[in-house]
Formats: sequence, structure tokens, C-alpha cells
Amino acid sequence: MSAEAVVEVRGLVKRFGDLEVLKGIDLKVREGETVVLLGVSGSGKSTLLRCINFMETPTEGRVFESGKLVGTEKNGRMVYRERELCALRTRIGMVFQHFNLFPHMTALQNVMEGQTTVLRESREAAEKNAIEQLRRVGLEDKAFEYPARLSGGQKQRVAIARALSMNPRVMLFDEVTSALDPELVGEVLKAIRQLADEGMTMIIVTHELGFAYHVADRVLFLDGGEIIEQGPPAEILVKPETRRAKEFLEGHSLFKLPD
Amino acid sequence: MHQWDFSPVFSNLDFLLLGLYHTFLVTALALSFGIPIGLALALCRLSRFRLVSGVATFIIEFFRTTPPLVQLFWFFFALPILIDVRMTPFVASVATFSIQSSAFFAEIFRGGINSIERGQWEAAKAIGMSYRQSLRRIILPQAVKRMIPAFLERSIELLKTTTLISTVSYADLMFQANELAQKTFRPLEVYTVVALMYFFLIFGFSYASIHVERFLAKSGESTMR
Repeated sequence: MSAEAVVEVRGLVKRFGDLEVLKGIDLKVREGETVVLLGVSGSGKSTLLRCINFMETPTEGRVFESGKLVGTEKNGRMVYRERELCALRTRIGMVFQHFNLFPHMTALQNVMEGQTTVLRESREAAEKNAIEQLRRVGLEDKAFEYPARLSGGQKQRVAIARALSMNPRVMLFDEVTSALDPELVGEVLKAIRQLADEGMTMIIVTHELGFAYHVADRVLFLDGGEIIEQGPPAEILVKPETRRAKEFLEGHSLFKLPD
Repeated sequence: MHQWDFSPVFSNLDFLLLGLYHTFLVTALALSFGIPIGLALALCRLSRFRLVSGVATFIIEFFRTTPPLVQLFWFFFALPILIDVRMTPFVASVATFSIQSSAFFAEIFRGGINSIERGQWEAAKAIGMSYRQSLRRIILPQAVKRMIPAFLERSIELLKTTTLISTVSYADLMFQANELAQKTFRPLEVYTVVALMYFFLIFGFSYASIHVERFLAKSGESTMR
């Protein structure tokens, strides 16, 4: 097992005021691995995801990216510089529940923006790559449309292309199908699954258990800010050991395991 | 019955047009200083540093709540006593209305920036943008579009408020009108023409802005949905 951990989290604690959302999480994600986080809302799975790319600053604990500690330690406390975090976020792509496309830019401009503004690439190179990323999610024919003229599923795929355009080492997906009409969920999941097949390292928060079953290398169950169970989907989703995980799966009565 | 006679007004039209030019000049300068200062004040007020936001809030509220005429007199008569500057009516006018309008523009900017969903900041941050990059590339272009009607309203208000500068003897349109009315004994004709001048200036401004809004509406999101 020499595969390098692309992302590693040690003893991660996150508090919002008095509320402890994460109570000491340890997690290692290997290159090419797809990890799915499950749990009821409020279990801390989105917060965990958002601590990995520092959309939220961890209260305690350490985050390592490709073996390197993020931030510097000063008198026992972690100090994070904005510049370092910005650079980190270019290597960790994130896709949101509500897409958050830039409405004043076309799909193409959305996908070019990070490359030109942040990575300082030439317009020509950025445009070439942007078209390539849009093709990857099957939307090259929508390049010149504004987000307002795209369906929810198309918007989310543009958002995926936008994150991919930065050539990230790992992708974070935060309930990316939860805001979509049921008939649009499939196209987005298909795009993510294709990424998994291409070997992209991914951490996914989702409620789509069937999707988790098929795409995950490893499933993590979060409850009350702790990982209570983890393992291959065929084990965790079929024979959960903890009572909370069982309850959660029974709650999703629509989920039927393939025979 | 009043006998209308516009000939003294028309023979002195260049006198009034000079006033119109001065009115326009002070307004344009006040806008070109007031808008950037307003943006700076808005960003300071939105700052997470309490001291910075506190000072900005005080400046904004002070200039929003005191009458512009008092501010003008303060700049023109009082400031030269405090610091050794020679205030011309022109400098005092531009200074007063730059700062006074910046306080209002600051609130328009703040409202516009706050109206942008948090998700836009997050998406910008997630692709590695700094605060400045997010603001310049993502937040302000959207916020400014939403602010245009309020901007316009405020600019028109500013243009009208500049009539106050006639009180410090700056030769704006109002001042020239007063002079001409006294010289020709034709106040009714003079003020009618002046009212029409203000009307056409502001109406033209407002008409042009509708076209700007329409144009912006075509490029994606705007206030006209």
C-alpha cells in the first residue's frame, strides 16, 4: 500500500460557537479513490467536506494535501495564510448543491474564469481547455449559453467542468444532485461516474445510495460528527453493523440493492 | 395679465449656458470622485475589522444625515479656518458633493454587494480566487447591474442638489439665473427657461440610462428580468 494519500485529515474538530459539528475525524483518501460520505443531515458530512478545501477553517486538527501539511503551526495553533489556501483550492475542486455558476458569464466563460484569473493562463489556452472540459461533461454545444438558459442538470455539469478546468488532484462533491428534479439527476451522476472511471480522486456527499453503491470504493458513515462505520459499499450498505447506520438505510426504503 | 417676453433671456442664453456647463461640471466631478470613494467606504463598512467598519459607518451616516447646505458652508467657510487652504467656491462645491454623494453611493454599493448570494463568493473561492479577485470578477459585475436604477436616482438627486452651490457664489445654472433675473427684471421667463434646461438635462440622462439598462439586460442577468 504505497499509494500516496492525496488528502489526509487528522483529528479534525469543527465547532460553530458551542456546537461541535465534527468531533475528531481521521480520514485518508488515496490517489484514485472514490469515497462517499453518508449520514443524516446534521451529521457533519458537508462540514467535513468544506474543511478539506478550507471553505470552513477547522477548529482543531490537521489537514494534509499530498503529504504536505496545510498551514503552519505557531505556538501549538494552526495559522493559515490566505495565499496558501487560495493555491490549495486550485488543486481541490468543489461542486456545490446549488451549482453557483456565475450568471453574468456564458458556460464557456464560467469554465475559463479560474484559468485566466487565478492560474493566469492565456485566453487561447484557457478557451481550448474549457471546450475540452465542456466536452467531457457533454455540453460543448452549450458553450455560448448563459446559465439562465440551461437546465439544472446542465448547470451542474458546467459547474463540474469549471472545477475540472483547474486540473485538480481531488474533487469534492457536496450533495450535487439534491437540488435537481429527479429526471435530471441521472446525467449528473453519469458525469461523476465517468470521472471515477477515469481515475479521479473524489470525495462525495450524497443521498443517492444506489449511486454510492456503484461508484464508491469506500463508504463512510457519519453520525453526530464522528465516523461510526466505514468500508466497501458492498459491506456497509448491505450489512451495516451499527444501529444508526441500519436506521439510516431503512429510512431510505426506496433503496434496493441489486441482486 | 403678464406680458411674456423671452427676448432678454435668449439674448443672454450664453450666460445661462455657461451656468449649465458649470452645473454639469460639478456634477460630473462629484460623481467621478463620489463613486470610487463610495465603493471604498462600502468595502470598509463591510470589513470584518470592527474599527474599520465603525469608522466607515460613522462617515457614511454623518454625511447622509446632515443637510448638504450645512456641509457646503462648513467646507467653504469653516474648513479654511481650521487648515490653511484657500477654498474657492468651485473646490468647496466639488469637495462637498463628492463626499456627500459618496456616502449615498456607499450604501448603494453595500446593498448591491449584500444582494449577491453567498454561493457566488463560495464558487469564486472554490476555484482559488482571492477576496479581491472575487470582488472584481464575480461580485461587482453582478452587483453593479442591480445597482443601476438606484445609481441613477442618486445621480439625478445630486444634480438637483448642486443648485445649493449658488449660495457660495459659484456660477452654476441657478446662480446665473438669479443674476439674470435681477439684471433683466424678467424672473418668470428666466426661471421658466432654467427649469426647462434642468428638465432636458435630467430627462436626457434618464432616457440614456434606460438604454444602458436594456443593453445590460441582454448580457445575462440584470435588474430587468
